[in-house]
Amino acid sequence: MTQVTNEVQSGGGVVATARRRRKKLTFDKISFMAVFLGLPLAIYLVFVISPFVQAVYYSMTSWGGYDNNMPFVGLANYVKLFQDDIFMLSVRNSVVLAVFLPVITVILSLILATLVTIGGSSRGQIKGMKGAGFYRVISFFPYVIPAVVIGIIWQQIFNPDNGLLNGILTGIGLNGFENYPWLGDARTAMIASMFVIVWGFVGFYMILFIAAIKGIPAETFEAARIDGAGRFRTAISITIPLIRDNIQTAYVYMGILALDAFVYMSVLNSTGGPENSTLVMSQKLFSTAFTKNQFGLACAMGVVLAAITLIFSALVFLVNRLTGGSKDVSE
Amino acid sequence: MMTLKVTKKPSHDHVERKALDSNGDKTVAGVSHVMLSLWALLVLIPLAWTLMSSFKKTSEIFASPFSLPADWQFQNYVEAWQTAGIGKYFFNTVIVVGFALVIVMVLGAMCAYVLARYVFPGSRAIYILMLAGLTFPVFLAIVPLFFILKNIGLLNTLPGLIIVYVAFALPFTVFFLFSFFKALPSEIAEAAQIDGAGEWRTFFQVMLPMAKPGLASVAIFNFLGLWNQYLIPVAINTNRDNYVLSQGIAAYAGQMGYAVNFGALFAAAIIVVVPVLIMYILFQRQLQGSVSAGTMK
Repeated sequence: MTQVTNEVQSGGGVVATARRRRKKLTFDKISFMAVFLGLPLAIYLVFVISPFVQAVYYSMTSWGGYDNNMPFVGLANYVKLFQDDIFMLSVRNSVVLAVFLPVITVILSLILATLVTIGGSSRGQIKGMKGAGFYRVISFFPYVIPAVVIGIIWQQIFNPDNGLLNGILTGIGLNGFENYPWLGDARTAMIASMFVIVWGFVGFYMILFIAAIKGIPAETFEAARIDGAGRFRTAISITIPLIRDNIQTAYVYMGILALDAFVYMSVLNSTGGPENSTLVMSQKLFSTAFTKNQFGLACAMGVVLAAITLIFSALVFLVNRLTGGSKDVSE
Repeated sequence: MMTLKVTKKPSHDHVERKALDSNGDKTVAGVSHVMLSLWALLVLIPLAWTLMSSFKKTSEIFASPFSLPADWQFQNYVEAWQTAGIGKYFFNTVIVVGFALVIVMVLGAMCAYVLARYVFPGSRAIYILMLAGLTFPVFLAIVPLFFILKNIGLLNTLPGLIIVYVAFALPFTVFFLFSFFKALPSEIAEAAQIDGAGEWRTFFQVMLPMAKPGLASVAIFNFLGLWNQYLIPVAINTNRDNYVLSQGIAAYAGQMGYAVNFGALFAAAIIVVVPVLIMYILFQRQLQGSVSAGTMK
């Protein structure tokens, strides 16, 4: 409450000072605003916003090369895309990633975060486990490693001949896996790729959830414990509802990331994998633009990707709202 | 940062009544430790394996993935650094990320400061425009971006890459620092102005130093993001001499036939990872702190 009133006051203060200042537009003030706002905004508009807008226009042209000839074709590119089996397959693969990656990553990181924060003794003060700091530091490692390197390392681990995974499997007597191509077999390529992405992000979301859980007042947990709630019950009925907004944010971020997935997928299987089983939209877009020079068509793919991204975010917000989110969150 | 340390300390070494752990507690703690240890191993083993393989001959890697290197092949690192060009890409990356980071921090702080502390028509619209840049996928922009750079003659150049890095890191920077500047007390800026400081001086000598903790967190995240950036350079920086590390190592891995030196590839991976790992270990506390600050909003 105090914070809210403070904000209102300071906000009011800003309005008042701004009004007072507006009377005398000095050189100092004008140059300040021009440079401070104008310069960043100009760069941003030229290199971020204008490409977004241009892409929408290009998507309706059959621009196919380096000349400036851009015949306007309306929605023909979109029709073409929806009749293109390989593109539709890439859409399907991207959607599969967007459906499974956030669920798996969020659940796994929630479990790990819960173990670290309330895995400690059930007597006395609520506390985390011993060695929690160690687990936190280790878990965050993959997040700071460049995605390209993660892809290369795992590509080598999955390597059929000299990879670590088949080495371990044959080492424990599963000889059937000798020379098994994890990324070269359509049955496992997608699952193996998804595993790599999950590996890269669980630690980050774990840290995020740990921070959120630590933000819950200890009295809340104590009250639950006095009422006889066990650890599992506490996690389901107290922790998850209270960090619901954080879960939603994590879910949306991870979904947006899954719909991109370009780096991981193109490093793990640069050609789209066996029978295109790991080909995603971003890869298809990239090769359409920079290998085939079909810029109009590539921009149409970009628009479809952006639309799916927005629909995904909207769906997550909607589901969270419908199932009673933000109502029980006392933030 | 100081206050953070001070407030955190008591919780570490406060005296606590000794409570006996029940059997259930021991089971739960045991199971938790087993699960967390498994996860930690899953993280560490691939990295350890990479490190170990980076010192092996290719034939050794093929023969037995586990054994320690028979004799340590330090020349793998020499080969990666020189033959594979990782040394040059490293230098390029330092230049691009260094310049982009400084520029985006300055511009982002200025923009966030104006948006957070001045009321003027259109400020809300600019803020929403920044949010849009965070939401839409870079892929939508990539083709027009290519031609914008081509038209102004910055395609395949390091300055071109720097300015695009700046532009795409800007919305995150502004968004994060916006809330930071908003929270700073306005009385101090007013006091500075009463004392005769102009807008410029107020910002650089009073407000910017006060925002240091926020700037540090954003700078670390931007450093990681830019150092790891892959899509933008492979699209708009295709001149081999100007490659940055991420695309350099991907190209090196891509041209790997079976006859090439795998040890050097692992060495290259280690060379790329070490700078970010050092940054992480140095700023580990701050990084995790800013993740939590992000969630408090």
